[in-house]
Amino acid sequence: MDISEKLKILAAGARYDAACTSSGVDRKGGHQDGIGSASACGICHSFASDGRCISLLKILMTNYCLYDCKYCINRRSNDLPRARFTPEEIAELTINFYRRNYIEGLFLSSGIIQSPDYTCEQLIEALTLLRVKYKFYGYIHVKAIPGADPELINRLGVLADRMSVNIELPSQKSLNALAPDKSKSSILLPMGQITQKIRQNSYEIVKYKNAPKFAPAGQSTQMIIGATPDSDFHILRLSEAMYQKYSLKRVFYSAYIPVGDQKLLPPAGTKPPLLREHRLYQADWLLRFYGFRAEEILDEQHQNFDPLLDPKCNWAVHHPECFPVEINKAPYEMLLRVPGIGVKSAQRIVTARRQAKLDYNDLRKLGVVVKRAVYFILCMGKRAEGLVMTETGMMRSLMSASVVKELEQNGYSGEQLSFFDSEKTVPTLEDTVKCLTGEM
Amino acid sequence: MPDRRNVIYCYDGTFDGLMCCVFDSYVRREIPSDILSEVPEQLSFCDMHFVETVPEHSARVSAAIPKKISPRAFDAVKKAFLSCEDGKDMLILMFIRKGFQFGGKVEDMLADDTVNKLNKTVLFCTREAHLLQGFLRFSDYGGYLAAVIEPKNKAIPLIADHFTDRMRNENFLIYDKAHRMALIYFRHKAEIAENIDFELPDASAEEELYRELWKGFYKTIGIEERYNPRCRMNMMPKRYWANMTEMREELGISEESRNRLSETN
Repeated sequence: MDISEKLKILAAGARYDAACTSSGVDRKGGHQDGIGSASACGICHSFASDGRCISLLKILMTNYCLYDCKYCINRRSNDLPRARFTPEEIAELTINFYRRNYIEGLFLSSGIIQSPDYTCEQLIEALTLLRVKYKFYGYIHVKAIPGADPELINRLGVLADRMSVNIELPSQKSLNALAPDKSKSSILLPMGQITQKIRQNSYEIVKYKNAPKFAPAGQSTQMIIGATPDSDFHILRLSEAMYQKYSLKRVFYSAYIPVGDQKLLPPAGTKPPLLREHRLYQADWLLRFYGFRAEEILDEQHQNFDPLLDPKCNWAVHHPECFPVEINKAPYEMLLRVPGIGVKSAQRIVTARRQAKLDYNDLRKLGVVVKRAVYFILCMGKRAEGLVMTETGMMRSLMSASVVKELEQNGYSGEQLSFFDSEKTVPTLEDTVKCLTGEM
Repeated sequence: MPDRRNVIYCYDGTFDGLMCCVFDSYVRREIPSDILSEVPEQLSFCDMHFVETVPEHSARVSAAIPKKISPRAFDAVKKAFLSCEDGKDMLILMFIRKGFQFGGKVEDMLADDTVNKLNKTVLFCTREAHLLQGFLRFSDYGGYLAAVIEPKNKAIPLIADHFTDRMRNENFLIYDKAHRMALIYFRHKAEIAENIDFELPDASAEEELYRELWKGFYKTIGIEERYNPRCRMNMMPKRYWANMTEMREELGISEESRNRLSETN
């Protein structure tokens, strides 16, 4: 099989993994031999036809696999062309793509062949070639292979910038049903080990200047959304625990795309739940950058996201007792809770109000979406001039333009929309998802 | 502050020249109504003041900005100078004047119109440069790498450090076709050349192979069920596509279909 055919097969096998960022570590090339550097903010080198960023050469070493996880395209029982890269082929491809600035580095995952240990050794060989023979200092993200010997995971981590173990399914029940070869503990074990190693390493590099760095860009994971009946609240609480207990850098969410007909899974042709995935990312941002806790965003009574409103707006309209806030006085943490004010604009407000009192026009200049924020703020003690506080007006300004448009096209007028008696007038989650994805 | 006079400054288009505009503006106790970076073809009714680029004058201004305002403000001025926006020269002059008036705290005056506009101009330049760090494509010509870019702003000074650091043991050339500038990195020495012309030579067989591999990868990695061309266009504006290996064909296809459309109309 020629290299081009292999690349297509092994990229197709890896493309459902969302964890493809190149961020988290700054490494100057300096005066070393070799090639490469890393940028903490990450660099996107292209965008695929689905709008997702391409920053790493995302491939599998092989798509042969011992396991038969039902949701996975590479499961043993799936009839599809199989291929395998040699370590040398992986290294050569990476270097040649990197020199041409096609990529920021390598994302290497693999099906399990022979045994987890053997698979891990093969990954180590490919990365060793890259780092030692080709003196490659670019970004490497590698999958830890659950079940491999801890010592092998350690060796892999020293060669990589970021490591990840995918949780894939958000509960033990779902795992039992769909991934009979995996269990929650077999996934959490290597994750815990990596966390511990990263923490231990942060002491070592302070103590010994030349201690090798273990996964300096940290650890991430991925969950598949919509393959199982787990609720958004359950998923979000799991993410929160991942950030707190395992100090994960990122949790990625991947809308499930049917990969062949399986009795226990949504049938082929089901649209991926993209809106739900989007809401999860929004909530994830609230956890990481906005100081929210999972229980503030959803709770036992509200297990799933509102399809019409993003989670931050949703929180704000249900907490009228917290508003309005005075822009010129409110603490930073409170500014962050105002719809229409993001991290950047909140920082700008805090800086600019040291020099001068801010009015609504100033806020516009600082990047605040005033249209949304007006319902929740005061400037120098005053509401925005001419603002009429109606529920419909607020609702329309808080929903994204595309939601409003879709709703109108489907016969919902602004007057019918209300936050508070949602049963009666607001379309069901399913309706909205269908109308957003164009099925309705 | 002195009144705006009915006078237009005209300078040689260099950074030092612009610093001399600032110098002259203080010496002459006036704020010009406009600053031009080249001699206009049509004479205007305004008075013209041709600013002479005097090294001592520009050095004095360049030294005063980091000292009396802040090093960060000087950095912003240098970046804004690379902008393609009309009126950037006046904007820089007004910002520097404001800086000398208020000192370092001008940086915090984010709601002030001049400061706000300058920050936006800088952001526009640095954002474009950041995108180019990803979207730029090298081709290999017998061990030498070459790339062509067509940015709106003069991006080369902003991306030079990134590429010379990353590709430290390569020899390469980055050509900015829009501004006829090039970054030449040869035997570990970097140089920026202006007013040059350059065309990429034909690709070798090996180069073609890697281009094809990359295009194949690009096509495979997109998921059909999530097809979202609008999102792609937002993240990667079309004006970059012509110089990107994997996008050139896509551009060809869409242009072809557009032509066909216009023919049938």
